[in-house]
Amino acid sequence: MAKSTDERRVISVVVMNESSVLARVTALFAGRGYNIESLTVAPIPESDMSHITIETKGNAKVMEQITKQLHKLIPVYKVIEHEEMVEKEMVLIKFPIAENLSDIAALAAAYNGGIVNVGKEMVVAQVADEPKRVKHFIEAAQRYNPCEIVRGGVVAIER
Amino acid sequence: MQMSGAQMVCEAIIAEGIKTVFGYPGGAIMHVYDEIYKQDGFEHILTRHEQAAVHAADGYARATGEVGVAMVTSGPGFTNAVTGLATAYMDSIPMVVISGQVPLSLIGTDGFQEIDAVGISRPCTKHNFLVRSLEELPRILKEAFYLARSGRPGPILVDIPKDITVEVGEFDYPESVNIPSYKPTYKGNARQIEKAVDAIKKAKKPLLYIGGGVVLSNAYELVRQLAEKTQIPVVETLMARGVMGAKNPLLLGMLGMHGNYASNMAMSETDLVISLGARFDDRVTGKLSEFAKYADIIHVDIDPANIAKLVDVDYPIVGDVTQVLEKMIPLLDGVNPDRYQAWREILKRYDELHPQAYVDSDEVIKPQWVIERLGELVGEDAIITSDVGQHQMWAAQHYPFDRPRQWINSGGLGTMGFGFPAAIGAKKAYPEKTVINITGDGSILMNMQELVTAAEYKIPVINVILNNHFLGMVRQWQTFFYEKRYSETDLTFQPNWKALAEACGGIGYDVTTKEEFDAALEDAIKQDKVCFMNVAVNRFENVLPMVPAGGALFNMMLPPKIEKDGEEK
Ligand SMILES: Cc1ncc(C[n+]2csc(CCOP(=O)(O)OP(=O)(O)O)c2C)c(N)n1
Repeated sequence: MAKSTDERRVISVVVMNESSVLARVTALFAGRGYNIESLTVAPIPESDMSHITIETKGNAKVMEQITKQLHKLIPVYKVIEHEEMVEKEMVLIKFPIAENLSDIAALAAAYNGGIVNVGKEMVVAQVADEPKRVKHFIEAAQRYNPCEIVRGGVVAIER
Repeated sequence: MQMSGAQMVCEAIIAEGIKTVFGYPGGAIMHVYDEIYKQDGFEHILTRHEQAAVHAADGYARATGEVGVAMVTSGPGFTNAVTGLATAYMDSIPMVVISGQVPLSLIGTDGFQEIDAVGISRPCTKHNFLVRSLEELPRILKEAFYLARSGRPGPILVDIPKDITVEVGEFDYPESVNIPSYKPTYKGNARQIEKAVDAIKKAKKPLLYIGGGVVLSNAYELVRQLAEKTQIPVVETLMARGVMGAKNPLLLGMLGMHGNYASNMAMSETDLVISLGARFDDRVTGKLSEFAKYADIIHVDIDPANIAKLVDVDYPIVGDVTQVLEKMIPLLDGVNPDRYQAWREILKRYDELHPQAYVDSDEVIKPQWVIERLGELVGEDAIITSDVGQHQMWAAQHYPFDRPRQWINSGGLGTMGFGFPAAIGAKKAYPEKTVINITGDGSILMNMQELVTAAEYKIPVINVILNNHFLGMVRQWQTFFYEKRYSETDLTFQPNWKALAEACGGIGYDVTTKEEFDAALEDAIKQDKVCFMNVAVNRFENVLPMVPAGGALFNMMLPPKIEKDGEEK
């Protein structure tokens, strides 16, 4: 048998839109010792369902249990363990206004983003891209002394 | 029809055909109790503790296969019920618990007797509901009963704010439910079943491994048929005792931590495990890497999450055991039962080598003797419940269980205090049957207040206390693994059991000899009153065989062959 190792995975969970359904999903992860790296959730337009995207880590066996256990929750309609997917994540970063704004703008533009707000003391840049590229953007942004970084969590869709 | 939320609760219970409800009132559920007072569609039994109400509903469910119903108030009423919910959840028992909640306007304000019942019970219910409006109450009640009994059964909590129970609205109890996200698979996949049948035909040493799912699915006739037709030997889990019937020559007995030698060796040597409604609990498997090491595994379970959770499975079949066996048995027409003859003989020799035996004594009552004697005196006729500890294992090992639902105990959670209230529930379901709770001097005190319930409602449950003046099972581990440091397990200080029973309206017997035991049991059955039979048994008796936790099944500590009584073993 091949040795299974922990890998990053993205799962979409389609749930009935009822009270405390998100709590059920997250409690399942907490109660069974599974790990959540990121979590996004929003209603699916024109339906009574919501789409939850969970980024997690685990070996094949753990992933199988996660999907099966999610399926057991009564309001869970569908669990998709993504293989062929388009994934995107968003990040907002706040920089001091004294930093080189044109450099920051150029950097953000390279990652599908730009400056979205300029205030008296701060400027806010936004990027929406693949999670790996978002990570690169955050790394590159370090030299401009970012004072706050907010990542949005992954959303994914099958190709 | 126009009615209040409280009336809707009663009407739903009646519509679901429930005859007995167990519960305990309080502020948040008073409107419902006011309706209970007015109706005569079902009987309500007032237990003296909410935990006992839930266990009683559980005992009722396990004895009948129907949904058990319990009712509690908000806050402390609900938290007292949690152990009962967890017990039912671990053993997949169909149950609906209805709890009162503070009025909607007070939810989230830390109001008097407010607790987040839905939050607390999430990990120990199959599903739960907080009712948010009267309009959704009928649908939720219908769904609760449906979810409790369908698929892999389990307990459902319906938490109802007090104001909704007074509000009046239209009651239209749905005929059917529609939960698009819930579609249990009942019919095993036909291709997989064929493959499994081929594997059975090719195996040399197949073994049927029977779990509680067979009882839940009422599949025991089919399991017996399957064994009969193929002559494949059978091991039962704790939860499946009674499925094959005590006298069935194909039954090797219970397997696992306190399984017998032949059963555990069979599992260690088999080349094909046919697992029906069993979930490979760690108390059954012992060390996983050594479990059924030479075998392919067929795993039939209604819950896909159970399959391949702990062991790798070669033939996974998701489905209800009954429906799968209905397809599987005809396909086995060609199988020649002689094929497994050599295998059966090996197992027979194992059983002769180390039978499920104990050394009896004339000086002191052996707990195993009590169980066997009960078997001789009330055998097939009785329903046996138990608490948790050595007495539970002795009962499972030595009682001649002859039919499913005859043996009722807390397997998955191992809840001390379960046996007595569960016996009350079972006796309500089958008043004509003798119902005996086999218990320990530790366990019985955990719900002894139910003496009062049983006396008031004339529910004549017989509690046989195997009194070793110890928390025996813990003491046994201390003996083996903690160099006899009996930390907080010595129960030398005891209540006066006879007086205790009598003080609560029952009767008591102090038993120190075998003759007294027979006489007490005969009298207890004749008196037809709730009773305590306090049986003084050998203090230092151990449950054997025993597989030390985490050890391989074939490494059993075996009972001594010839042995004097007393501590030194
Ligand atoms: C509620 C609860 N608390 C603690 C335990 C741990 N426990 C398991 S067996 C046992 C001893 C039971 O003693 P007793 O009821 O006297 O039965 P015996 O083992 O002596 O037959 C204990 C404390 C448990 N199973 N349940």
